[in-house]
Amino acid sequence: MRDDPLTIAGKIFPSRLLLGSGGYPNRQVLLDALREGAPAMVTVAIRRISLEAYAESLIDVLAGYVLLPNTAGCASVRDARLTAELGREALGTDWVKLELIGDRETQYPDIELLLKATDELVRAGFTVLPYANDDPVSCRKLADLGAAAVMPLGSPIGTGLGIINPYAIARIVATCPVPVILDAGIGTASDAAQAMELGCAGVLLNSAVAGAEDPPRMARAMRLAVEAGYCAHRAGRIPKRTQAEPSSPQLGLVGGG
Amino acid sequence: MSAPMTRGRVAIIGGGIIGLAIGWRLAQAGVAVEIFERGEAGRGASFAAAGMLAAGVESEPGEAALCALTRHGQALWPAFAAALEAASGIAVGLREEGTIEIALTRDDAARLRHSFDFQRRQGVALEWLNAAEARAREPQLGPQLAGAVFSPHDHQVDNRRVVIALRAAFLAAGGRLHERDEVALAVENDRAIGVRRGDGTLHEADRVVLAAGAWSAAVAGLPACARPAVRPIKGQMLALTMNPAAPLLRHVLWTPRVYLVPRGDGRLIIGATTEERGFDASLTAGGILSLLEGAWRAMPAIEELPIAETWVGFRPGSRDDAPLLGPSAVAGLVLATGHHRNGILLAPITAELITRHLIEGVIDPAMAPFLPDRFAAQPAAPAA
Repeated sequence: MRDDPLTIAGKIFPSRLLLGSGGYPNRQVLLDALREGAPAMVTVAIRRISLEAYAESLIDVLAGYVLLPNTAGCASVRDARLTAELGREALGTDWVKLELIGDRETQYPDIELLLKATDELVRAGFTVLPYANDDPVSCRKLADLGAAAVMPLGSPIGTGLGIINPYAIARIVATCPVPVILDAGIGTASDAAQAMELGCAGVLLNSAVAGAEDPPRMARAMRLAVEAGYCAHRAGRIPKRTQAEPSSPQLGLVGGG
Repeated sequence: MSAPMTRGRVAIIGGGIIGLAIGWRLAQAGVAVEIFERGEAGRGASFAAAGMLAAGVESEPGEAALCALTRHGQALWPAFAAALEAASGIAVGLREEGTIEIALTRDDAARLRHSFDFQRRQGVALEWLNAAEARAREPQLGPQLAGAVFSPHDHQVDNRRVVIALRAAFLAAGGRLHERDEVALAVENDRAIGVRRGDGTLHEADRVVLAAGAWSAAVAGLPACARPAVRPIKGQMLALTMNPAAPLLRHVLWTPRVYLVPRGDGRLIIGATTEERGFDASLTAGGILSLLEGAWRAMPAIEELPIAETWVGFRPGSRDDAPLLGPSAVAGLVLATGHHRNGILLAPITAELITRHLIEGVIDPAMAPFLPDRFAAQPAAPAA
């Protein structure tokens, strides 16, 4: 039984779980959670941290993990470009999770800016993973512009509401030529498993682990859920029926009439 | 382990609240103790802090050991403050109205209820207040209020007065203070033998205590094996001026984004941002905006108040937010650093534990979970 590993832009990852690095009770809990979650990548908010690798800085203690810089806090294409360049300089990677938020209350992406920035950053040589709406059309357009993966939201960031439109996520998976990473809204392990059952290539989450009472244990739960959901999707679920059908035969029983 | 020391000399690197409190207790016990401070005593994080003694509402899941220490430390504060006031003749402004933590929206209330349930399970005495009950205690709370928690034992002290009093008490007890003297640790044959002063001279000591807060890892002469896992965590803060005769607020107030601490003299302290920015000391528009907006959402009446002061401080953050207390990998070097946001709260208990360790050679069970070697066994990340 062979599992195909997650592959984005030709790079192979041993896990399909991506974790954020913010909002943990403390740095040690973050490190313990990462150890349990064993994520493919760890996202870091370039504008929220110091990029100098002084002793005990975030960059310093995360040495050994694949870091994915994000553009959290950016509101314009120019900001996003500058932030991506800062991330490239500081972390030595041209990968960037592109976040351009268009609305403070819902934290929904601004699709118009996102398309422009994706186009510009791809042309500038970046490997771009845009954080997008759960909208098959925008996700398809992002892929067409050269995004290496698309990251539609399950529900608004930080809500823990899970996947509020599973139909849309399934459509995105069906229509997008690049890997689909479900990003934002995961509340617990079943949400992550559901994302994978819908056919997503991976799941990115942060608050569900960072805010849990026992973050390392929740990180482990997420790792197992992502793997379980992936296997279930690959295995293929049975069709749903309305009538019960026992799995053992009812005819020809010993002593039967 | 360390031999008991009854008459040895102690040098303390760092004259913040932790160094001063340890120095005062040692001097009181008759130990010859000198403090070396790179700037002015008590002017770093000790001066920047808000002085909350909030062991209850600050306790978080996964921090049970730290919670036990902070609650132990909190219990020592009334006697510590009284002894300090008696020794220094300076009032330290310990106020015992307690803390109110408020929720502004339904989402806030769900989160507050979640931490309320957790803290109650830990045995913290807390009371849930509905909006009307919260407003009865603090009438200036804004119209948007979805619930609150009252914590009767989480008090506050005027940390600036505390460090001024500690400085006086330390000197009065016979301690010697060297300010504007940035020293290096002097090590010989794997043993700390004192500190090398700015002018190059060696000040010999039997024990050296490293209590340099956010600057602890940067002290010159520290062998890598003894360098504490401590980093600066930047906080921006500001103070408004209330009419002391008719203050807007009496309790310490925690809102979803900021806290407000009313001093007896009318200062209303609002804090604090939490930023991983190294020693960047700039005040930013976004930082001040988030403080003012967070405070204004909870208490719109602050908009009339003059701004008295804005400042930046650096919390000494360890990996697990808990302090590093006790012997280090270098013989003769004892650490008392990494207190993160709990330096004021933990000063009395730190002074007690470190002083006992230095004088009697014991590691108190209360100190055992915080030994500096707890990070040595585990690398930060798996080797890739």
